[in-house]
Amino acid sequence: MAPKQKQKKKSSRGKKSPKPILAGHPEIYPLVLTTKTQEIFNCRIDEDVTDEQPYKLINKEDIFEDLRNRAAVSDFHPVKKIVQEYPGNELLLVYDKDFKYGLNFYLIGTEEGKENYLNITYMISQKRIEFGAPVKFSDQNASSVKDAYIECTAYPDKNFTLKQLEKDVGMQVIPQIKDISTQTEWTYPKNATIQYYPREFSEEEKETLKQSRPLVDFLNNASISVEIALQQNEIMNTFIDDWKYLAEEEGTFGDKTDTHLKEYQSFTDLHSPTEKMITCISWHPTIYGLIAVSVAVRLSFEDRVYFSGKLLLQPSLILFWSFSDPIHPQLMLESPDDIFCFKFCPSDPNIIAGGCINGQIVLWDITAHADRIENIKAGGSRSKKATLKPMFLLEPESNKEAMYIRHCAVSSIESGHKKVITDIHWLSDTFEINRMGSVFENRSGICCQLVTCSADCTICFWDIRPQKPLTPQTTEKKKEESIEIPFDVPSTFLHLDLSWKPLSKIRLSKGETSLDHCPTRISLNEDHKTLTQSKTVKAGEMNPYHNLESGMANLLKPIDDFCTKFFVGTEDGEVIYTDWKMEKDPETGRHMPKKPVSIHTIHDGTVHTIQRSPFYNDIILTVGGWNVAIWKEGVMTGPLLQSCCAPKMYTSGHWSLTRPGVFYIGREDGYIDIWDLLEKTHEPAQSQNICITMITYIKPWIFSAKQQFIAIADYYGTLHILEIPWTLSRPSTNEMTSVNYYFEREVKHLEYVEQRKNIREQEKKEMELEMEKKKIKTYQKSKEQMEAELKMDYESYLELEKTVLINLGLLKVTEKGSYMDVV
Amino acid sequence: MNKWTNTGQGPGLLISSVPGPTATGLGEPQAEVEETLKRIQSHKGVIGTMVVNAEGIPIRTTLDNSTTVQYAGLLHQLTMKARSTVRDIDPQNDLTFLRIRSKKHEIMVAPDKEYLLIVIQNPCE
Repeated sequence: MAPKQKQKKKSSRGKKSPKPILAGHPEIYPLVLTTKTQEIFNCRIDEDVTDEQPYKLINKEDIFEDLRNRAAVSDFHPVKKIVQEYPGNELLLVYDKDFKYGLNFYLIGTEEGKENYLNITYMISQKRIEFGAPVKFSDQNASSVKDAYIECTAYPDKNFTLKQLEKDVGMQVIPQIKDISTQTEWTYPKNATIQYYPREFSEEEKETLKQSRPLVDFLNNASISVEIALQQNEIMNTFIDDWKYLAEEEGTFGDKTDTHLKEYQSFTDLHSPTEKMITCISWHPTIYGLIAVSVAVRLSFEDRVYFSGKLLLQPSLILFWSFSDPIHPQLMLESPDDIFCFKFCPSDPNIIAGGCINGQIVLWDITAHADRIENIKAGGSRSKKATLKPMFLLEPESNKEAMYIRHCAVSSIESGHKKVITDIHWLSDTFEINRMGSVFENRSGICCQLVTCSADCTICFWDIRPQKPLTPQTTEKKKEESIEIPFDVPSTFLHLDLSWKPLSKIRLSKGETSLDHCPTRISLNEDHKTLTQSKTVKAGEMNPYHNLESGMANLLKPIDDFCTKFFVGTEDGEVIYTDWKMEKDPETGRHMPKKPVSIHTIHDGTVHTIQRSPFYNDIILTVGGWNVAIWKEGVMTGPLLQSCCAPKMYTSGHWSLTRPGVFYIGREDGYIDIWDLLEKTHEPAQSQNICITMITYIKPWIFSAKQQFIAIADYYGTLHILEIPWTLSRPSTNEMTSVNYYFEREVKHLEYVEQRKNIREQEKKEMELEMEKKKIKTYQKSKEQMEAELKMDYESYLELEKTVLINLGLLKVTEKGSYMDVV
Repeated sequence: MNKWTNTGQGPGLLISSVPGPTATGLGEPQAEVEETLKRIQSHKGVIGTMVVNAEGIPIRTTLDNSTTVQYAGLLHQLTMKARSTVRDIDPQNDLTFLRIRSKKHEIMVAPDKEYLLIVIQNPCE
């Protein structure tokens, strides 16, 4: 009853003995063992018989006992016979878990089966043909067939691990070394600078050396040759290049013989109904081709009064002309009354200050229109025919060419000037003055002060920044605030409008008499360069003129030794040199202007031009009446040059801007005289006709190195622009030094004249004294004197006789003794 | 200094002659030095004068210290170089005078064995 397990190695048909129940195992007898039986024989399922050990050996005797006890009920009953026939003592009972043989237990009936079961045998069968056949061996990969190999993998067996408890180790101590390398730049020190001081002799050593003989000898020898060399240099400069100095200048730009001013353009305002004259010209400091003129009606005082009603309707204007458009002015600035003088602000060309005929100062701010005038294109005139409409009918919007710009601020009527303002100047932005006339540093960097002079014999200084009110004036403020200002007027100078008072006023008094000097022009000692360099304000930055208060709080530093004197020309032809600084009058304790330093009456008519030369800050040109005078500041004795009276009256004048010795004078017959000091000093070098009437203003201007223009205004309101030729604009090589030399000579001449004057005075005095003395003498000649005189005469005669006799040899000469003994 | 001359006429005659031309003796060499230098300095156009020793150390000068030291150092070297140049070409030759003409002035150097006299002149009129 031992199971036989067949295992076929090769796919061969092995013998199979089919059995209906048992698969070829006749000795297997299935049994069912109940639980009770299992308990009796200790073969309980899963307790005594398990999957690992599904068999139990049972004694034959136990089975027989069970059979006797339970007879038919015993489970072993079906196999009783087999048990009896069993040879051995122990039977094998196997638990059949899978019910392979039909029931849950089976008994193996033979000893042989038991042996087989317990020791499993294999039966391998093979086809007979294949016995002894040659064997074919082939290779095979061990891993390709499943279970083709058996490996004995090593595994750590704890039984065979030994823990080493002792180890014999040797130690050697060495220092820790690290090898590192880097690549570097080798910087080595190099001498960059050496500080040293020279060897010098002390004073004693120098003295001892000086006294040494060798030095003396050396000097004697050396000085000979040195002096020869020095003299050679004094006699003649051998290295001079005569050829080079022969030539005057390089190529000239135009015809050298062409010395006339060429007419370039002329502007007339065709719209005005009344006749106007031009009173003042000013070129725009930065924009090319833009010129501003102020026009005034050409009426005498009486006529003005007569026509005052009509004049009120016509606005007084400053016109801006551009080269590109000769018919229509680009801008028109309105003012309350006729302007007689105006100036662009040097630090901001959009601010213009003008002086009116009624004594007010007018300020304009054209910042809003600045871009308009900067980009003026040619050919902008739309209407070909000149529309001669009276001005008050023209609407500002319809006239697209020119714009009327209202003034920004006017000065106060009561506290300003009372008569026409004849001259206005911006003070340089390098300094500013206070009420007392003391000069301070100007921290704001802009021109913020003005000086004006007027026919009411005063000179006023004005400040355009807001004045801190000394006393609170709330009621008056409210009154002024009620004045409405048109919306398009910028509010730059709103704080000044109608309330603007001068900073200080100087009265040019003539001393005790009530008649005062009436100034017509003034000339300050200022830096001319500020006029040509105008600082353009960038668009992003704050325009300092819109923020005038910011500069006020700074504490100002006074400038010492600043020349506060200036020249004034008056209506009577006097040139006054005076000081604007106030001094304290000891008697009254008030601040009074100082007395003028000097007054000269040179001109026979109104002085209408006082101008400093653009090359020399202390040379002044004055034009008035029928003559011209040139002065040097500091030389108080008189003018350096005074021309003789011209046939026609001089009405305007200006220095040339590029040639130091040239100036232009305008006459009343429309001629312009060009004087060249290096050519002729007694008369003009050239004379040219410009127009038919009196020339009222001359203003030259430089546009480039090759282009210079001169603007001439005449009495009939026409503005002529002429081009200055090359010869008149280009200075010769040594012109500046020559003209300088000329002025120095004149100064010396004046000094010499002074000295001679003094000497003459002295001589005159002496002569007079002598005359007096002689008169006295002859008067009081008494008798004794006459006798004494006769005696003297006789004695001298005797002497004469003696000498004659001696010479003839008639008398002997004794060695000793005097002639007196002989006599 | 009085000269006693024997005219041969007898001891009775004494002719006292006027002292001879100025030859200031050893007693006042520095006055002579001063006088010479002043004379040179008074020439037209002379800007400065200086006396330098053989090593380039200034002894007497009319200019300020820094300028003097600069001129002395530089011109001393230049003079040495010039002298060696002249002597290299012809060993029997020697440098007697050195004039350097520049745009603005002329520098004159009178060399000697032990000293150097330097004069700076502006020759332009």
